[in-house]
Amino acid sequence: MSSTARELIPPESREPEGAPGRTGKARGGRVRRLSGRDKLVLSLMVGIPTLIELTLVWLPMLMSVGLSFTRWNGLDLGDIRSAGLDNYQYISQDYPPFWPAVQHNMLWLLFLALIATPLGLLLAVLLDQNIRGSKIYQSIFFAPVMLSLALIGIIWQLFYQRDNGLLNFLLGTAGTPQAVDWFGDSSVNIWAAMIAATWRHAGYVMLLYLAGLKGVDPSLKEAAAIDGANGYQTFFRVVFPAMRPINIVIVVITIIESLRAFDVVYVINRGTNGLEMLSALVIQNLVGEGQVIGVGSALAVVLLVISLVPIVFYLSRTFGKENKA
Amino acid sequence: MSTTTARAGGQDTAPAPRSGSRPKRHYGTHIFLTVMAVMWLIPLGWSVFTALRPVASTNEHGYFSLAGAFNFDNFIQAWTQGGFATYFWNSVIITVPAVLVTLFLASLMAFAVSRVNWKFNITLLIMFTAGNLLPPQVLAAPLFEMAKHFEVPYSFSDSGNMLNTYIIVIAVNTAFQMGFCTFVLSNYMKALSADLTEAALVDGAGIWRQYREIILPLCRPAFAALGTLQVIFIYNDYFWPLLFIQSGNRLPITTAINNLQGQFLNNYNLLAAGAVITVIPTLVIYLLLQRQFVAGLTLGSSKG
Repeated sequence: MSSTARELIPPESREPEGAPGRTGKARGGRVRRLSGRDKLVLSLMVGIPTLIELTLVWLPMLMSVGLSFTRWNGLDLGDIRSAGLDNYQYISQDYPPFWPAVQHNMLWLLFLALIATPLGLLLAVLLDQNIRGSKIYQSIFFAPVMLSLALIGIIWQLFYQRDNGLLNFLLGTAGTPQAVDWFGDSSVNIWAAMIAATWRHAGYVMLLYLAGLKGVDPSLKEAAAIDGANGYQTFFRVVFPAMRPINIVIVVITIIESLRAFDVVYVINRGTNGLEMLSALVIQNLVGEGQVIGVGSALAVVLLVISLVPIVFYLSRTFGKENKA
Repeated sequence: MSTTTARAGGQDTAPAPRSGSRPKRHYGTHIFLTVMAVMWLIPLGWSVFTALRPVASTNEHGYFSLAGAFNFDNFIQAWTQGGFATYFWNSVIITVPAVLVTLFLASLMAFAVSRVNWKFNITLLIMFTAGNLLPPQVLAAPLFEMAKHFEVPYSFSDSGNMLNTYIIVIAVNTAFQMGFCTFVLSNYMKALSADLTEAALVDGAGIWRQYREIILPLCRPAFAALGTLQVIFIYNDYFWPLLFIQSGNRLPITTAINNLQGQFLNNYNLLAAGAVITVIPTLVIYLLLQRQFVAGLTLGSSKG
């Protein structure tokens, strides 16, 4: 199965010790030949980036976990009080936006996974068959990927407005009582926001799959055609499985994007009134007057635990192979 | 393995007349793609259309009308009175150093983990990559408090701490993007032949010279792709300035555009002009460096 995956890294560069002309001292041989100066240079090369990564990513992550078990208003470090599991109890039982946020995150994930991602795949497959104007289509579908999600929120706000938005005009409801405030009405705004997010996500998926499709060995398709497979069979049973590395990346990107869906909802209404999202709730609890750091951190930890699932999946896929090699 | 799959797929059907049905299918494909493309362009097109119409003519003729003047007044107003000149400069101040530092540090790290055999290589690489995949909000509270409680002289920052400074935004962006860049660059460097540095080693070249004179020049295509990608990523970053910067006039353009919504209530023409101004730099980069950008996006996913 993995034989279909293209291996980008030539085997000899993965195991430099195996290179011809080297004497037997396999591991450690290289390190031993380093001079004192080289060792210093190397430790700086590794040390500086690692220190930054530890201080600004890993330490805060651990602190989030720590703070989630405390009560603190963020002012004086001496005021931090242990709170046990109180914050978790609070968010799961007494914090109204929590469960809607979990549902919205799930809904966002399902929408991206079932609508946006397949749409991107469809566009990629259609554009991969050398049709005329393929490059122009690609540029159009890809353009939103260049935009920030915050900006996408603004652009779609202009499109979705109740009285002056183009959508209500096209539907013939602009200026009438039937006009819908697509981002303001809590019964529809999550759908409106997900469509705006799809606008970007589909283009991204299309791009990755276009690269993936180019990497599929054409002889596979030919073999399938000779064996009498039709277009659909060739695609779903031969081409799609052959793109397994890309598929994994897409799955991870889709999950992570749905957990990160912060910018769009925050631009629209700071993640309230029908647009509650875990990531937005974290921030609502940190900024403003309340500054309930403990509650915000507990929400952050929930977000962290959920995101660890795709992260661990991706890392084990990516680095598992290397460990074995 | 794959040929067996193919055969299994073909078992239950008679040979399909593939080539015969081709032209017909393309016809449908074009209709579908054209409809999709038009739908794709509508939101952006509507913004441009709104931005080009002065408020006076929309007030007179309404938003859904071709009547009245078309000009760049909204853009000029956004640039001068809306503060977009300042915001844009702020974006430059944040993006340029962040991208340069990120690429430099990532190249150091990538060199060390890919060209030198060392016990913790994989562990470090996993640590860097994982950090990049986290939702930024997970780190928000501690980073905010760290910045707030990190006291610096008032001559350095008028808040007396790291809040409201460009440095903290640059530093956090760097730390966050470094993981991805290290991952991509290390894959790229691993694919370079081991003989290159072997030969240099024989010549007595130290680690720094191997990095600086042999590996770095060979990584130029990867730097071009990653650099383009990172400029877009950091320029488009909305969250970190939102968290750290409180003075409105220090915000970069992507974060500032949200303020425009409140500032010019109901002047959608101006808001649209602001949105279009914000798009322009990314669009220019896209048109000039499309290949680099696409290469950058797919570099990260070429190995799974």
